[in-house]
Amino acid sequence: MNTQEIKLPSRIESVDAAAEAADDFAKKCGCGDECVYALDLAIRESVANAVKHGNKFDETKDVEISFEEFDNVIEIRVRDFGTGFSVADVPDPTDPENLLKSNGRGILFMNSFMDEVKWENPPGGGLRVKMRKKL
Amino acid sequence: MSDITITERQAGDVTILDLDGKVTIGEGSVALRTAIRRVLGEGKNKILLNLGGVGYIDSSGIGELVSSFTAVNKEGGTLKLLNLTQKIQDLLAITKLLTVFDVYEDEAAALASYN
Repeated sequence: MNTQEIKLPSRIESVDAAAEAADDFAKKCGCGDECVYALDLAIRESVANAVKHGNKFDETKDVEISFEEFDNVIEIRVRDFGTGFSVADVPDPTDPENLLKSNGRGILFMNSFMDEVKWENPPGGGLRVKMRKKL
Repeated sequence: MSDITITERQAGDVTILDLDGKVTIGEGSVALRTAIRRVLGEGKNKILLNLGGVGYIDSSGIGELVSSFTAVNKEGGTLKLLNLTQKIQDLLAITKLLTVFDVYEDEAAALASYN
């Protein structure tokens, strides 16, 4: 079983740093190109959400990321320390009335490219998204 | 160094922006926004975005394409897309934005469509 944990500050540059870590981890686990792309996109979107909407660019708050590989599955967890939100309240970006909005598509991409996406409110506050991809 | 290079060409009254690199949150999205605003500021409102060199785009980049589209429309112009990579095409399909954008695989056909 492979595992890795990192903490990143709440700034936009952390999105690239997280993606690099995800790429390295995925390749170490033998992911193919499609799997690497899916993980890259999912972690970029989830870390961007954590930095922007969760921690609201507050650099005193980290974004905690963990990677785990077990039973031919890669699991990524991304946690922020914000006030949380209800995923059900996020407007559907494919609804005709939302098509021309400039944001709100990150969760759609995470759901589209990962096999499983779950949102949790961990003890201690914040929001954690747990995403799984089969190898 | 920026993750993206945007080069401007003129074909008649159509401004072609050749994008090369990544359109992602941060510099890539900002560079696209800046380029569109500059071109609109010069009174050019027929814009063709050549995305053939864009190897990667995220939701922020897709959002910037939408913002560019609405900004150009607001100025009475037209923004069209050229040379989508498979990945960008997939993302535009998932987001149902293929129904919004006018997309071309051939530059000559794209240019002709402005007339």
